[in-house]
Amino acid sequence: MLEIRNLHARIVDDGTEIIRGLNLTVKAGEVAAIMGPNGSGKSTLSYILAGREDYEVTEGDILYNGQSILEMDPAERATSGIFLAFQYPMEIPGVATMEFLKVAMNEQRKARGEEPLKIPEFLKRVKEAAASLSMDMNMLKRPLNVGFSGGEKKRAEILQMKLLEPKLCVLDETDSGLDIDALKIVSDGVNALRAPDRAFLVITHYQRLLEHIVPDSVHVLYKGQVIKSGDKSLALELESNGYAGVIGQAA
Amino acid sequence: MPALSGKPREMPEGKVRLMNIHTQPLRTTAETALIDAFGDRLSLLPGDGAVMLKRDDAIESIKHGLPTRRVESWHYTDLRRLLNAIPDFDPAAAANAIAPIVEGAAVFAVQNGVSSMKVPTVEGITVQRLTDKLIDGSIAPGLDPYGSDDAIGALNTAFVADGYFVDIADGTQLERPIELQNLQAGGQTHVRLPVRVGAGARATIVERQTGGGAALVSSVSQLVVGEGADVTWLIVQEQPETATHLAQFKAHIGKNAKLTLFVMNAGGKLVRQEVIVKTIGEGADFKLRGINLLAGDTHTDVTMVLDHAVPHTTSTEIVRNVVTGKARGVFQGRINVHQYAQKTNAKMACNTLLLSDDGEFSTKPELEIFADDVVCGHGATVTEIDHNHLFYLMARGVDEKSARGLLVKAFVAEVIEELDNEAIVEALEAKLDEWFVAHG
Repeated sequence: MLEIRNLHARIVDDGTEIIRGLNLTVKAGEVAAIMGPNGSGKSTLSYILAGREDYEVTEGDILYNGQSILEMDPAERATSGIFLAFQYPMEIPGVATMEFLKVAMNEQRKARGEEPLKIPEFLKRVKEAAASLSMDMNMLKRPLNVGFSGGEKKRAEILQMKLLEPKLCVLDETDSGLDIDALKIVSDGVNALRAPDRAFLVITHYQRLLEHIVPDSVHVLYKGQVIKSGDKSLALELESNGYAGVIGQAA
Repeated sequence: MPALSGKPREMPEGKVRLMNIHTQPLRTTAETALIDAFGDRLSLLPGDGAVMLKRDDAIESIKHGLPTRRVESWHYTDLRRLLNAIPDFDPAAAANAIAPIVEGAAVFAVQNGVSSMKVPTVEGITVQRLTDKLIDGSIAPGLDPYGSDDAIGALNTAFVADGYFVDIADGTQLERPIELQNLQAGGQTHVRLPVRVGAGARATIVERQTGGGAALVSSVSQLVVGEGADVTWLIVQEQPETATHLAQFKAHIGKNAKLTLFVMNAGGKLVRQEVIVKTIGEGADFKLRGINLLAGDTHTDVTMVLDHAVPHTTSTEIVRNVVTGKARGVFQGRINVHQYAQKTNAKMACNTLLLSDDGEFSTKPELEIFADDVVCGHGATVTEIDHNHLFYLMARGVDEKSARGLLVKAFVAEVIEELDNEAIVEALEAKLDEWFVAHG
């Protein structure tokens, strides 16, 4: 489903190279965990997948279902099924959450050649999704993410993911800022979406999240490259030995 | 040249200024046209002796010249330079009727400068045609311009022929809005809308300013808010991009009374909307909320002068501007806190979203505070669309154009959503959408 080939990318503003020859393949139905120390390029990778303009790909390619996505803007990538759950979701004053959800869902439907949702059907879906994440509907009456706590923002991201039904879900440190209960709710939300035709890229610092969202593969990112890949036992190894051992082997 | 050198500098400043007036080279086409039009119209203008005297004084001040950028209050809107064509009066033209923005509102329309003989009856409200009030002279005292630089007041006093005089009786609680429509049909239109809201009354008044031609419009609204009354006044200006719209809103707010003034400018070639408000009773509260949607090659100026004249009065002013194309915008906000107006609390903010390299917006906040126990503040920002916000929306599949539209609308909608009336909020949001469809 996702194939990243020898990817090199830098920050547009100052030319700093962050991704330096990254290779990664994620199959449909797979949950791939990306781990790595601070500054290894994890968040940058998520932004590049989503198409953020602050980064420039200088070499290599990203293939999604066999097609390069490098020329697609963020909206085109999103409507083709790529979803990024932000580490720090943006607060957008003045944009009503419900209005935003409706617009976003209908854009996805439009891209798939479907009719816009009727209001009652839309409300029903939002209510169901919110209930499954223990979210209060009153929260959704506020402007998008405005005044949400860190945990509420993360839940709102998963809510959007549920409603938009993407095929490739990139979760950027979704566990940060969550207490144990919220972590459980969010993880259950993600697990419920696991499907043979859907892949996940779960970016995290800690093994903790991976106890709830059990990965099929674990990849260690360091200095913009995947330096080691393995199964879920690799995450446990990292948890007990730290990154130093893996980095030492690679060097 | 050498013969002149040095001389003027030795003169006292006042004298130099006097000289400027006398040596003013030639009248502009617009000034000449206005003066000639006054001569032609004089016999048709309604008014008793007192009113006609006010008209004479007013045209005299126009004869001294329209204000230029050297007049401080007109610094960013050089009326003498910007006002170049004056259309003739066109009494035969017909203005198109329009539906009120809120369904069920009582509509009082002025069409091509003429009020209607048939107006709806609303309990608690007395409405008179302004032309009758000019003929009997009863509104003569209110015709004086605000000051020597009040070109709009002078223009209107010289030419005003009609409008409505509205009196809302003490204690009246209006369920539905009153909509005062000033509908131009090209030519010139000079209208006045005095409204008195009695003690303890509650009312929502919509002032519509629109029409179909390359008109010159002057419109003066005068509001008195009685003790404990609660008034929401909405100005919705949607002139065509060929019209000159010179408007003034003047209000006195009584003891424990509240006035929320909402101004939406979404049209016009040359627009100046003045807001002149005074708190005259303790506990008075004033809110100004403004939205300027600027497009094309246009000039729009909102100038406020607010006097906190008594102790314990409060105000907040928030103006949001969206600038596209080659549009130019101005907000001047002046708050005068009088010496004995202790415990005044006033806050003013002007935020601009600049969406084009060729557009511009000038903001001039002024605080003149003579009391020593007050809280006053102001702030101004000019920004572009936040790229992080844009990325977030696009990352959910919203295409760039729609995402920008959502963000721009959000920027101004915040001000609308503060209004505590669902029907009004919906009506204004619909107006916003209309503008975005036409200019998106």
